[in-house]
Amino acid sequence: MKTAQELNRFEIRLSGTGGQGIITLGRILGGGLALGMGYHVTQTQSYGPEARGGASRSDLVVSSRRISYPKTESIDLLVALSQEACYAYYRFIKPGGVLLVDSGLVRQTPSNVFLGLPFTDLTVRKLKVPQAMNVVVLGALTWLLPFAEARVMKQALRDSLPPKLHELNLKAFQLGYSEARKAFDPHEAWTPKPDDDDGDERIVL
Amino acid sequence: MAQKKSKQRKAVFALGNEAVVEGALLAGCSFYAGYPITPSSEIMEVMAARLPRSEDGVFIQMEDEIASMGAIIGASLAGRKAMTATSGPGFSLMQENLGFACMTEVPLVVVNVMRGGPSTGLPTSPAQGDVQQARWGTHGDHPVIVLSASDVRECLEMTITAFNFAEKYRTPVILLLDEITAHTREKIELPEPGELEIVGRSYPTVPPEWYKPYEDTMRGVSPMPPIGSGYRHHVTGLTHDVLGFPTQRPDEVKAIMERLFRKIDQFYPDIMLVEEYMTEDADIGVVAYGSVARSAELAIDMAREQGYKAGLIKLKTLFPFPKPFVNRLAARCSRIVVPEMNMGQMSREVKRVAARTTSIRTVNRIDGQIITPTQICKAITQG
Amino acid sequence: MADITELIHDYLRHNKKFPHVFCAGCGHGIVLGALIRSIHALGLSKDEVCIVAGIGCSGRIAAYVDFNTVHTTHGRALTFATGIKMANPKLKVITIMGDGDAMSIGGNHLIHAARRNIGVTALVLNNNIYGMTGGQCSATTPQGATTQTTPFGQMEKAFDIVTLAAAAGANGVYRGSTFHVNMLDRLVATAIERPGFNLVEIITPCHTQYGRKNKYKSAVDMFKWIKKNCVPKEKFDALPEADRGEKMPIGTFVEKDHKGLEQLYGELQARLNRPGRPVAEPEQPSAQHAEESRNIMNKEPK
Repeated sequence: MKTAQELNRFEIRLSGTGGQGIITLGRILGGGLALGMGYHVTQTQSYGPEARGGASRSDLVVSSRRISYPKTESIDLLVALSQEACYAYYRFIKPGGVLLVDSGLVRQTPSNVFLGLPFTDLTVRKLKVPQAMNVVVLGALTWLLPFAEARVMKQALRDSLPPKLHELNLKAFQLGYSEARKAFDPHEAWTPKPDDDDGDERIVL
Repeated sequence: MAQKKSKQRKAVFALGNEAVVEGALLAGCSFYAGYPITPSSEIMEVMAARLPRSEDGVFIQMEDEIASMGAIIGASLAGRKAMTATSGPGFSLMQENLGFACMTEVPLVVVNVMRGGPSTGLPTSPAQGDVQQARWGTHGDHPVIVLSASDVRECLEMTITAFNFAEKYRTPVILLLDEITAHTREKIELPEPGELEIVGRSYPTVPPEWYKPYEDTMRGVSPMPPIGSGYRHHVTGLTHDVLGFPTQRPDEVKAIMERLFRKIDQFYPDIMLVEEYMTEDADIGVVAYGSVARSAELAIDMAREQGYKAGLIKLKTLFPFPKPFVNRLAARCSRIVVPEMNMGQMSREVKRVAARTTSIRTVNRIDGQIITPTQICKAITQG
Repeated sequence: MADITELIHDYLRHNKKFPHVFCAGCGHGIVLGALIRSIHALGLSKDEVCIVAGIGCSGRIAAYVDFNTVHTTHGRALTFATGIKMANPKLKVITIMGDGDAMSIGGNHLIHAARRNIGVTALVLNNNIYGMTGGQCSATTPQGATTQTTPFGQMEKAFDIVTLAAAAGANGVYRGSTFHVNMLDRLVATAIERPGFNLVEIITPCHTQYGRKNKYKSAVDMFKWIKKNCVPKEKFDALPEADRGEKMPIGTFVEKDHKGLEQLYGELQARLNRPGRPVAEPEQPSAQHAEESRNIMNKEPK
């Protein structure tokens, strides 16, 4: 059971391409953390004018105190669901921050310290509904984030979807959650490893 | 904390744009006409879903922004609290009828979610390039009230304020947001309808045959009956006399034009809204508005950590320009920093007020990105 | 005759200094008379009538009549009227526009008002010229005509207002003339009474700005021209193509019985707010499709 923690500007960037459901993912994750967990949360977004194929990202700042600046400056958790996004935003991760990628889509990571799950492949294989990928990621993030409770996030998911989609999306959530539980140890992920970046520099703003 | 009270209130994780709708509905808005444009479209979309579900709410999508302004003026004349929302290109089209609303003293609210310009510019990126346009966009000399909001809660509050000012002063009120404020999601608590001060329109108390639609009053604001209520009168964009009929007589023209200004001017203390942050002991000032004010707030914290006594005035009213507050800040500060996402539209006003008292430093950005706290902090600390 | 004068007198404003702005020989006063007689014949109260006018000579009619009157911006009368009608469907909203208003600067508003079938009556006073601004050509100035801005003759073709309004979907489309006044009274009354968007094009002379430059020596010549060339639609249709020449059909062109937009909206609202109806949120897009629809929205609308 996770308990509420004192957070001071925990910054998350969700990034990928238009059509992957990034902004919706940010909305549900942010809604769960704000309304369910009681944190101060700002969720902002950035995208191109294209319907599909353009870059898309959603930033969340999670804090126990009121948030002034709503955008991210140094990222605690970067979720990159495309190779371009990974390249573009890797340098904003702060020391000790975590990179989570779709290992099926991001073939090259700038550092060998990262967490990966083949989200898209998993979704297609297990659920046959590729659009549910963002909710699979939500499940994985819920496992990974020390301050996100599965019960709360599931409720957030239900609150933002019409009933007829609940079953599929809860299945997708569970898939991401259990796959992440098999693959990652959150405690280890958030423990800074002094020599983890074997010399490659992370530029911090 | 007001935890107990907040239990009854409904909390939502809402976009700035969605909060505008909540504010408008709480303020009594029952008419929306508009034309979709990024990044303001969510306001229109939520209105389209909400208004038909209320007893008397009207939503209509018009053929362009010119028509949208026409429709909300018509609705306001017919007694409705009416609004529209748009972004730069649409705001340009609205200027014509905005002038009509100024001249005929029609209460209404226009929300402009600023995006990069000029022209089609950067549809999905933030900017603050429409500040002077909001003040002077329509032709002719006219007073107007321009407000802004920097976070989601303020989107709700300032929309209510905008409606209240519009009704109280019989004037169009422009609410300037930027793409960041409009597209930020935050948790807000929706106030209960009874908690808020909502200003209604003043109606004539005299019988129709005595009614003079543009008669001067103590406040300079004439009562305004809805069309169809028996107070038949003429409304025209031509300069008119107290009866509403066109006139060219210099004495009549002077009287109405001066009243248009006076009705706003004499209530400056009521209209000029700012929020101060750590200004009590500040010797370096920051004046900011919209989303940039949030960057500035973090920049103040950063600068204070480094030992600089910085303080912020966040402008919630942009016009009439809150001169007394900026004056007071200028008097105590060796330097005032004005960060904004344009090449210096508000800093011009700050300079007009404070250039002789203190030195003014601008931080400008026009690449479609927000000004970061680091940038502002640098300007504070490196002078 | 005296009682008609008295009737009109009843509907004029007396707190406004006359004389009016119309030139001697202008047709706009005849339209004003037809408007008042129609409203009187329909038994409408002054309070329930709202006149919305544009800019130009025709726009000034609004100031003289004792109804709720709004003198708007150039070309935008229909947009204001749409707002007024939607805000209070009980009002009888009548717009008065000139050809410059309705066909040039406000052309877009006209076709959209017709398309959405808003319950507004549009009187388009077509004098083929910009009269108030000094006689520049308009979108209905006939080819070949001389004006201040076509000193060598108009090269462009003129709009056919009736055909345009019909094609845009107006519920009722009529054309009358200021010479055939009894018919005009009838057409205007019908257009006010019927549901949805109804338009009456009214052929009216501008001797001052159009006639003098185009071989009509006096205002009377202009009326003679109207008398000769405005023929009832049935007669016009029977004429062989070759004999039609300058002639214009007048009468009824379209008469449909679709409900006005404000009526459809009222029905929708009543349905949505019916007591006992489950309060369901409007269909939410799915988590997956929300962004897609958002992105579609983000496609620039212009």
